[in-house]
Amino acid sequence: MKAVIERALDTASAGGAAYADARIVQKTSEFLMVKDGQVAAVNLSSDYGLGVRALVNGSWGFASASRVNTESADEVAGRALRIARASARVQEKPVVLAAQDPSVGEYTTPYETDPFDVSTEDKLGLLLRVNDLLRREKGVKVAECAMEIYKTEKAFGSTEGSYVTQTIVESGAGMESTATSDDDIQKRSFPNSFGRQVVTGGYEEIEKLELESNAPRIASESAALLSAAECPATTTTVILDATQVALQVHESCGHPTELDRALGYEASFAGTSFLTPDMLGAFRYGSDAVNIVADATTPLGAGTFGYDDEGVPAQRNYLVKDGIFVGYLTSRETASELDQRSSGAMRAESWNHIPLIRMTNINLMPGETSSEDLIASTDDGIYMELNKSWSIDDLRLNFQFGTEIAWQIEGGRLTNMYKNPTYTGITPQFWQSCDAVANNWRMWGTPNCGKGEPVQGMHVGHGAAAARFRDVRVGVRG
Amino acid sequence: MTVLSETDAHQIARRALDFAGEADEAEVVVSSADTGLTRFANNGIHQNVSEDSVHVNLRLALGKRVGVADGNQVDSDSLRGLAERAASIARLQPENPDFAGLPSGGERRTAGGLCQSTLEFSPEDRADGAAKVVNAAQARGLTAFGAFSTGVRSVAVASTAGIEQYHQGTTANANAVLMNDDASGTAMALSSDVTEIDMESIGEAAADKAERGVSPEDIEPGTYEVVLEEAAVAQMVEFLAFESFNGLFHEEGRSFTSASMGKAVMGENISIWDDGVDPTGIASPFDGEGVARERVDFIENGVLKAVVYDHQTASKYGAENTGHAWTAPNPYGPVAANLFMAPGEAASVDDLVAGVERGVWVTTFHYTNLLEPMRVVLTGMTRHGTFMIENGKVTKPLRNLRFTQSVLDAFSAVEALTRDTKLTGDYLRVRAPAMLIREFQFTGGSQS
Repeated sequence: MKAVIERALDTASAGGAAYADARIVQKTSEFLMVKDGQVAAVNLSSDYGLGVRALVNGSWGFASASRVNTESADEVAGRALRIARASARVQEKPVVLAAQDPSVGEYTTPYETDPFDVSTEDKLGLLLRVNDLLRREKGVKVAECAMEIYKTEKAFGSTEGSYVTQTIVESGAGMESTATSDDDIQKRSFPNSFGRQVVTGGYEEIEKLELESNAPRIASESAALLSAAECPATTTTVILDATQVALQVHESCGHPTELDRALGYEASFAGTSFLTPDMLGAFRYGSDAVNIVADATTPLGAGTFGYDDEGVPAQRNYLVKDGIFVGYLTSRETASELDQRSSGAMRAESWNHIPLIRMTNINLMPGETSSEDLIASTDDGIYMELNKSWSIDDLRLNFQFGTEIAWQIEGGRLTNMYKNPTYTGITPQFWQSCDAVANNWRMWGTPNCGKGEPVQGMHVGHGAAAARFRDVRVGVRG
Repeated sequence: MTVLSETDAHQIARRALDFAGEADEAEVVVSSADTGLTRFANNGIHQNVSEDSVHVNLRLALGKRVGVADGNQVDSDSLRGLAERAASIARLQPENPDFAGLPSGGERRTAGGLCQSTLEFSPEDRADGAAKVVNAAQARGLTAFGAFSTGVRSVAVASTAGIEQYHQGTTANANAVLMNDDASGTAMALSSDVTEIDMESIGEAAADKAERGVSPEDIEPGTYEVVLEEAAVAQMVEFLAFESFNGLFHEEGRSFTSASMGKAVMGENISIWDDGVDPTGIASPFDGEGVARERVDFIENGVLKAVVYDHQTASKYGAENTGHAWTAPNPYGPVAANLFMAPGEAASVDDLVAGVERGVWVTTFHYTNLLEPMRVVLTGMTRHGTFMIENGKVTKPLRNLRFTQSVLDAFSAVEALTRDTKLTGDYLRVRAPAMLIREFQFTGGSQS
């Protein structure tokens, strides 16, 4: 791999690139799904290719191909050079990269059991057992269980002398139980939405998910939701479970702190950000209880790595400290606009995509109260659990999220179950209304974060715990 | 731009099928793409990418045990490895009694959609197109953002059950967002023929809207009449395709269609269908299993008539396969991807506006998501051009609004549609008219 990367970099330099980098990525994944007692899918995927990014006359060009050899290195680098020159025809200002020491090294996800060493039989066996437990509940119409494992091996080199190799291993699994009536559909998922919980780590992390012990409860709740009352339309105290807090952090802190969004790079597609650079260090984003870090070193995080896709070492930086907005997720290009060094957040989905500023692990730091005490100390409110729908405006201000299930809180106890719960708010007001974060903190994986054109899907992590918010509008319905 | 020819693609497919010789049945999908995309922001090109790729998806069955392996290398060792992996997966799993075998060879289906002009379009041409939008912005003191992509894709399907299909088509897609301090406007175009995309016009149209949007005001959330432009209508149709017209969801009771077949579910002026070979869309003549896509009329004059099926779903539930499978393993059921909505008689969007007493004009929606599948209740934001209409005239620009609305209710209250339609689509391709809806629920506002 190194010879191909060096050849691509030499070709780019000889062709006039002031800077170039090259990545070779080999991705292997296995997806298994059991539905209603039958094996619905077993798919083993392999993807391999080369991408070259070249900076010529202050403009970027990127080219990629699924052929990886010295001949393709020349062709891909040549194409990147041509595209960069085409870009320079419409240049606002030349790209300047923040200084960065060359990185040389390697990184491998810590894990105990390589998930690819576990037999398909064993994996299906677990999913079939969980599926059977879901289907024992009478009201369950559709029972789905899925597992997905990944191994990403990549090599990165740059004309500045960086050369790093990494092997990232991810494991994830989950279940969904769907109950239906003539005019309603209700779903419960576990441990997370989006079909599964994903972390960096080995098969041991799937075994820790306790899928079998939770299946009967999940099945029972999905059936019970059909006859539950609608979430009332009111303004009240809301406690979000850790998974929904993870989603809230993702949408209302992770995305708006991406500096490319704040600088307008995504304005025509994903949108911009209400967190403009003039607010850095002064704007009250949340209450004193709100502390949020971007940490690419968090164990198990789906956004944990050794180096980003510009070769910048993984870092931990505050985005929000004691409620004040203090930091962005940055690249070398965008960091230079603020006279900063890169925060190491450039990530590409694979060899065929450019790196973009992406979340790593965006973690809400835990408080000291247990989640049980959080509920016990709430006289009146609603407890909402697990994301079902999400929508937020292009500045990341006005959001409306729905969860799978909710319960009334009365006198510190969970009472009536509600279906179709939703809540809505404006990001800084909402986080300023946060008066407590619990201590049931763990890493949650979001495997479906989309950004860029062509759209890139990214796995990102969120450390989160249950949290309480005051005066929240709930129960918005169409 | 070049992709695998029919001869080369089928030669790869045959080699893969040969390596899968021990299987009772096997199917190969060989796809290739040569694409380029130029993005611009703040009046300059900031991202400019190209991809040249091949993908091979192999499904094989040992009796009723099915394995799927895919990869992007086409040398013999790699193809042999795919077949071995798919076979090993199949061997290690229990039988699936519902597996209906592979669809057998049917009609060889072809379609147009390959445009020489798009094939020959270069990175320099795309940059020049971006420059036209930037020039339009700068001439009016605005800032330009957007993207311009061109590409060609091929797909071949072959199987031991006699399937043999090949299609090659081009796509050109452009959008522009022009902004000033407190307003934005957008325009877009999608076609297989890049010469049909006029970047200068797109830039001017987006600029017009941005200039009309200066100094936006708030309105109280509530129920309003609404004029939706084509892209906003298309988003609602996309959700129907994903969540409602899927034959698997229909059979499992997960769609409103399950209890409504043959009933009026929308207004009489609404007809929606899927057609993979209509030349005014982006052609896709066969599905991920190589089965010819049939035209399927979902809604005819407001009455629910049909949903789409793939081979597995059709076999299990005794329905007719309409040719709408994803590529294997496909556990989520079929989907319609080439959607059309019947036009009306209004001459223009302005004509729709003239029919509104007090309402809102919406250019596009942003970040729309599903709240309730049975009523197809969506929530999202308006974006890049929202205006107040009073007594048939646009009276002021508005800040973006959040809507929370059932698509079924909205499409039951459509007063008028334009006679011209436009091809757009975020994930699927939808050709739709603009429409005037008598009641539409806005549930919140924003500062943007």
